[in-house]
Amino acid sequence: MSDKAADKPLRVRMPIGIDYKWCAGPASTDYLTGLKDGRLYGRRCPVCQMVYFPPRNGVCARDGVMLGESVEVGPKGTVTTFCIVNVPFLGQTIKLPYVAATIILDGAHLGFSHLLQEVEATDVRMGMRVEPVWRDKSDWDYSLENISHFRPTGEPDAPFDDYARYL
Amino acid sequence: MRDVGIVAFAESQLTYGTTNTPVEMIVPTVNEVLKNAGIERTEVDFWCHGSCDYMTGQPFSFVAAVDALGAWPPIIESHVEMDGAWALYEAWVKIQMGEANVALVFGNGKSSAGDMNRALTLQQDPYTVAPLWPGLTAMEGIGACAALQAGTVTERARRDGAKNGNVLVSGSESADELLSRAVTSAPFRDHDLPAMADGVSAIIIAAGHAAKRIAKRPAWIRAIDHRIDHQNLGWRDLARSTSAAIAASEVGVHNDKVDIAELHTTFSHHEQLLINALQLRTDATRITPSGGALVGNALMAAGLSRFGHAARAIFDGTADRAVAHAQQGACLQQNIVAVLEGN
Repeated sequence: MSDKAADKPLRVRMPIGIDYKWCAGPASTDYLTGLKDGRLYGRRCPVCQMVYFPPRNGVCARDGVMLGESVEVGPKGTVTTFCIVNVPFLGQTIKLPYVAATIILDGAHLGFSHLLQEVEATDVRMGMRVEPVWRDKSDWDYSLENISHFRPTGEPDAPFDDYARYL
Repeated sequence: MRDVGIVAFAESQLTYGTTNTPVEMIVPTVNEVLKNAGIERTEVDFWCHGSCDYMTGQPFSFVAAVDALGAWPPIIESHVEMDGAWALYEAWVKIQMGEANVALVFGNGKSSAGDMNRALTLQQDPYTVAPLWPGLTAMEGIGACAALQAGTVTERARRDGAKNGNVLVSGSESADELLSRAVTSAPFRDHDLPAMADGVSAIIIAAGHAAKRIAKRPAWIRAIDHRIDHQNLGWRDLARSTSAAIAASEVGVHNDKVDIAELHTTFSHHEQLLINALQLRTDATRITPSGGALVGNALMAAGLSRFGHAARAIFDGTADRAVAHAQQGACLQQNIVAVLEGN
């Protein structure tokens, strides 16, 4: 090897990676298999009686106990808070402006985020009653993406006191 | 210095291949240690958790563990990317600083979530060692070649493991039988390697009056010390554990008799290295009567369990003075040594 070659930095490729086995756990298994069937399952805390949808890690974060019985919730729900997205970004597929809303399903006590469509962004408000619009059944998987979006039901708004506690 | 003692201990049944999430694994053991102490969670004024994100493959996975604690009203908590024994050390410092009186510490690991031999490689130097993927077993093999005393250690661990119902493996084979088995990963036979496990360990420590209120006979932490060897394996003498020896000397292991020593032995040859480093007399000191990590190594919990089993021997009067040891990293890189006393 010439001196010149020795001066060149040595480069090596060392790809790294580890495979993992991820277990959803019993609570999220109910949730995910329910979605596959087009049904919405949460779990109830045996202490505070709150129904978590999604059931997160299978425990009540407030009481530090395992969540109990599986409870079917929804499919209708109430918008608690929302965000009107006006800013374009790379890879954007939804027409601006659109609304990302936090929704509490009927029978549940924990909000989750989803897309709100079939309504002008300026007409969205806290307390608005909404329902899911499911994708074609042949596309369903173990995923909340089985729901394409939520849309207004046209029912009267829920009174503020109904959801004030969960904001 | 404040008097600080271990007042309660709980550990889960060890398994391999649990379908629970890490958070679902933690809840029963945390609730059990509170029950063992007979206190409400609101009486705990500091919480500390040990776990390793590389084991789950999720950054900040430990944040979810707070869900397991019932953090309402809000709690004061912390996390170490280490075995739960280091969480105990942080809690001990917190209590010494007067910022807490009762602390709950726990460690959890789900070894079955991936290839831990590879995952633990990521704790090595990220530039010159980790990219070569040596694997933990190979690194420990280098150390074992320097100081192997296979056979006798595992014989005792497997026999003791049968008495501790929570372990993963146990057996009554003689050392000769074990040594007649095939070498699976030279210089190791399978029984020289830790039985990788999924599990959780939790301990409550408390200061002075609080400790006396909670436990009949607290295991007082008379001294605790943490020392680290250089991370470069080539710069160390792997036939000895210098950091364990310094920690043992700092805590005064030999100021009095040692009834039992719970050593965090993950590979069988560690035990002799640790006996040498701590200068234990095996005729006077019972070594790791729980069976230790060789018979059930719930990563990030097994070290804390050594503290728990040492404390349990004080609780029930089996020992008046015990040594608890925990380690982390390849080839005994980091070591905590503590002296626990009943009186």
